[in-house]
Formats: sequence, C-alpha cells, structure tokens
Amino acid sequence: MEDKLVIKGIEFRSRLWVGTGKYKDFEETKKAIEASCADVVTVSVRRVNITDRKSENLLDYIDPKKYKILPNTAGCYTVEDALRYSRLAREAGISDLVKLEVIGDERTLFPDTIGLLKATEILAKEGFIVLPYTNDDPIMARRLEDAGAAAVMPLGAPIGSGLGIRNPYNIRIIIETAVKVPVVVDAGVGTASDAAIAMELGCDAVLINTGIAGAKDPVAMASAMKHAVIAGRLAYRAGRIGKKLYATASSPIEGML
Amino acid sequence: MFFMRLKINGETVENLQAATVGELLDALRIERGKVAVEVNMSVIKKQDYAHFLLSDGDTVEIVNFVGGG
Repeated sequence: MEDKLVIKGIEFRSRLWVGTGKYKDFEETKKAIEASCADVVTVSVRRVNITDRKSENLLDYIDPKKYKILPNTAGCYTVEDALRYSRLAREAGISDLVKLEVIGDERTLFPDTIGLLKATEILAKEGFIVLPYTNDDPIMARRLEDAGAAAVMPLGAPIGSGLGIRNPYNIRIIIETAVKVPVVVDAGVGTASDAAIAMELGCDAVLINTGIAGAKDPVAMASAMKHAVIAGRLAYRAGRIGKKLYATASSPIEGML
Repeated sequence: MFFMRLKINGETVENLQAATVGELLDALRIERGKVAVEVNMSVIKKQDYAHFLLSDGDTVEIVNFVGGG
C-alpha cells in the first residue's frame, strides 16, 4: 500500500532523515548516508575557507540531485541570526526548505520556543518551507503550525544525548491531537529501538545525526536505523495490541486431553 | 587601478582586483554554484553577482554547506 510522506507537495521516499555532522570524513558521511537510504540530509551554513581553496566541499560527496538538502540554523541563538542563516541557506541551496533552530541554552541546546515562533512566522511569510526544531510541548507545536510551519520537529531528548524518546506521551499527543502537519522527531535517538519507538508512536519521520555518526560503526548503524524506521512505521500502521496486566492464552483450551 | 579593502569572512583583504561580487568569487577561485554571498548583511542573488558593485570597506560573507545535524 502507498505510504508516502508528503510535505508541502514534496514527496519523500524515506522516513529516515539523516544529518551530516560529526563524521570522520566525507567518505564515511557518504557511505553512512547510502546505507541509511535516507533522501533528506541536513547540513549547516558556515563560512567558506577563503585562504585554503583546495579544501573539499560536502556537496562533492552528497549529490543535491539525489538527496534533498535540508539546511539548518544550528548555532543560532537569536531570531535575527536564524533569519540570516535561513536566507543565506536558501541562496546557497536549491530549495526553500529550512530546519529552523533558535537555540535557547548552550548546555541543553533546548529550543528558545518564543524566538522559534517569531522566526517561523517571518520565514513562512517569505515563502520558506519551515521545519522548526521544537520541544515536546503540544501547545507549542500547534502554535508553530498556526504560524506557518510545514511540519514540526519535536525533540526526543537533547541533541546528541542518545537518551531516546523521553516523553512518548507528549509526542503522541502532538501527533494525535495537536497538529495536522507532519511530525518528525528530531534529536535524542541513540539506537535502533529508539527510532522504532518514535515511528510506532506515529511520527511521520525521524531525523538522526549523532546516533549514526557517533556509533562505533556508523555505516552499520545507518543500516540498523533504516530497518528500525521501516519496522516502526509498519508496526504503527499494523496497529499494535493493547497492553494487559494478565495473560490471555494463545493456544486453545478446547481439545485438550 | 584602484584596489579596495574588503572584510571577507572576518578577514581584511586588500589588493584584490574585483569590482563586482562575481569578480571577487573568481579572484578567490570560489565556485559560484555552492555558495551564498552577503554584502553588508544583505544576501546577493546569484543572478546579480555580475553587476553587484563592491565598495571600499564593504563587509562580505561567503558561506557554503558543511556537515551538520
């Protein structure tokens, strides 16, 4: 059965999205992305090295014709900076997609949701397809949707923490009642079961960077995440059984000796 | 020939023979397809590179995509 993720008319062939940070080199980045079968890859916007022009470019390894490049505004702590990076990203890239981050605190990297809401509103009006990285607050998710977000990206746990989905109940509320736009869990996924849990909750996709790049074998973990996301999605669609405290026999009583 | 002083990516650069953004990228041997350019906090569109004139003292930022999550 057709089960494609579509955001603002853009079709996604994979529900696993991956980041490109923290890899050993571009070769490893490329191999891990290939193993993940993701079609969305996130990138950051930074200064070109103007003195050493021989340094390689990430896009030499990740073909923008093959992958959807999703620039982030990581490292931005103010609305103004987030807008500036978004506008530069749009000019450097080929699409209006932006993974909007307005960070509120260095230690936790939790989003400054007040700034995030302001920036979402402005960028959506400028024609950006805004995917805000937010907390797991259903009300904030709804406010972001109202402000024009094309999807919401609640965190599972702090960025790079690998703590998994710390508040599955709120994530479920965001999916079931808070918003109509797609929900992509961003941050916190540490291993395959975390990704599967996110998908079993009904998330539309999962974005993983450190969980793959930081693994002992990133290419193998990329493959594990791919399978976990597929399995989690299938399980969600299949409809899991209810949880009960006591046993119900799987084998018939009838016909016993 | 008049040589300008520009601030490019935080560094003061002199003696560059470039009147426009396009010529600046050529002088720095930067491929246009993969970057974005900002002059004095305003993003310059790719189609404007050839005729956007630089002035002495301009602050230029040239960015590209790097690995990130």
